[in-house]
Amino acid sequence: MNALLDAVAAVGRALLGACRLIGQIALFALEGLSHLARPPFYWRLFLRAFLDIGYYSLPVVALTAIFTGMVLALQSATGLSRFNAESAVANLVVLSITRELGPVLAGLMVAGRVGAAMAAELGTMRVTDQIDALTTLSTNPMKYLVTPRLLAGLLALPLLVLVADILGVLGGFIIATVKLGYNSGVYLTNTLDFLQTDDVVSGLVKAAMFGFLVTLMGCYQGYNSRGGAQGVGAATTYAVVSASVLILAFDYVLTELFFAR
Amino acid sequence: MSNALETPTIRIRGLRKAFGDKVVLDGIDLDVAPRTSMVVIGGSGTGKSVLLKCMLGLLQPDAGSIEFDGQDVLRMDRREAEAVRARIGMLFQNGALFDSLPVWENVAFGLVARHKVSKREARARAVEVLAQVGLAATVGDLWPAELSGGMQKRVALARAIAARPDIMFFDEPTTGLDPIMGAVIDGLIVDCVRRLGSTAVAITHDMASARRIGDRVAMIHRGRIVWEGPATALMDTGNAVVDQFTHGSREGPIQMELRR
Repeated sequence: MNALLDAVAAVGRALLGACRLIGQIALFALEGLSHLARPPFYWRLFLRAFLDIGYYSLPVVALTAIFTGMVLALQSATGLSRFNAESAVANLVVLSITRELGPVLAGLMVAGRVGAAMAAELGTMRVTDQIDALTTLSTNPMKYLVTPRLLAGLLALPLLVLVADILGVLGGFIIATVKLGYNSGVYLTNTLDFLQTDDVVSGLVKAAMFGFLVTLMGCYQGYNSRGGAQGVGAATTYAVVSASVLILAFDYVLTELFFAR
Repeated sequence: MSNALETPTIRIRGLRKAFGDKVVLDGIDLDVAPRTSMVVIGGSGTGKSVLLKCMLGLLQPDAGSIEFDGQDVLRMDRREAEAVRARIGMLFQNGALFDSLPVWENVAFGLVARHKVSKREARARAVEVLAQVGLAATVGDLWPAELSGGMQKRVALARAIAARPDIMFFDEPTTGLDPIMGAVIDGLIVDCVRRLGSTAVAITHDMASARRIGDRVAMIHRGRIVWEGPATALMDTGNAVVDQFTHGSREGPIQMELRR
């Protein structure tokens, strides 16, 4: 009986801990966003974060997108040929890239590159008292460190995903026309005929959400890190893992919202 | 020097702070008179840094009051607390310089944040303050990572005094420095505090530094102030705890507690 009670208590503690964590992250996000409406806004820091996410992540996101488009064309051609449906390759590639793979893969790449860097930077600032120093210098650390990064993530990832969409489709086009012998004009026509505005827009909305989640988790874990180098390392790991899991979870939620009939 | 009849610039009463079961501050009472340098000494882990963070508003105490010029900062709204914070300069133990900014922007940070001065004006003021702590104008263009420990401390001091604060806090100002550089930093602190006419609170466990910086010294032990008096009397207080600490004796009440 006691063992059963202990088990129930352990589950209850874990559940309460999870609720507390979600609440803390939600409050952190709300406070970060609330500073958008309260001046001053640190434009220089916003531009720096925007460049870091949007421009310096471009090579890794571009490579990921182009190779994904290539693999997708190759795999779908071999799979669809079993049903004599090779003509659907263009359709499958463009929908997969714009609706799912573009935003999800770009989000995961940015989580690994930018989320980790943000957690490490803010974590180091925390353990070296730089965040406390901001407070003593009449500067709100949330406003200075978190708000510009959240906004940058929210705005930069959709632009990155737009590029990823184009390059992903291009990757599929190259494989389909060069390796699989598809007619380039027909392939492009199929691509454009099947593509609808909603497909692209839903992907960009997902990208905005993923960009926000990546920067939120990077900032939250770094801002609240403790315990020196080990704590900063742990914050970096948690930032990447939690952002990656949240991207996949929110991808399902948003897909359900956009496309479930 | 201080006048006993003046309202203390800082008055702390019954300050308590615990982390879980561990009581760190257990009813601190402390007065710091205007234009006086108070040094708080005590062993590692006795709550000196927690006391300082409570005074700076970085930690919320569990009970008690902290008054600046008679106004309890713990009961102020955000705007009033910010106004008090604008009067404060702080030198952190490890400097806490912003890695992402060059030295001059570090020094001018508080000026820009508090007084909205232009970039040109901020830079000129930063160079001026760097000179006051014995650093050349060219240092302003370096990055914090390019500086030695002593130079970083000087830059941190320059940042603390740049906005001419009337209350200054120093957290272990000589930690990690060689004795000569420690004496140089202490000398700069004394010069700056006197020039600005500020009230200062420093925490340290470096006795030489405590005597150089402080007009008065208070010792914190087991979460309470166990002795407070003039710095000149520090080495012969007649208080067993303080005497053991200041002389670094192995035998005494502090060691007795460790053995228990």
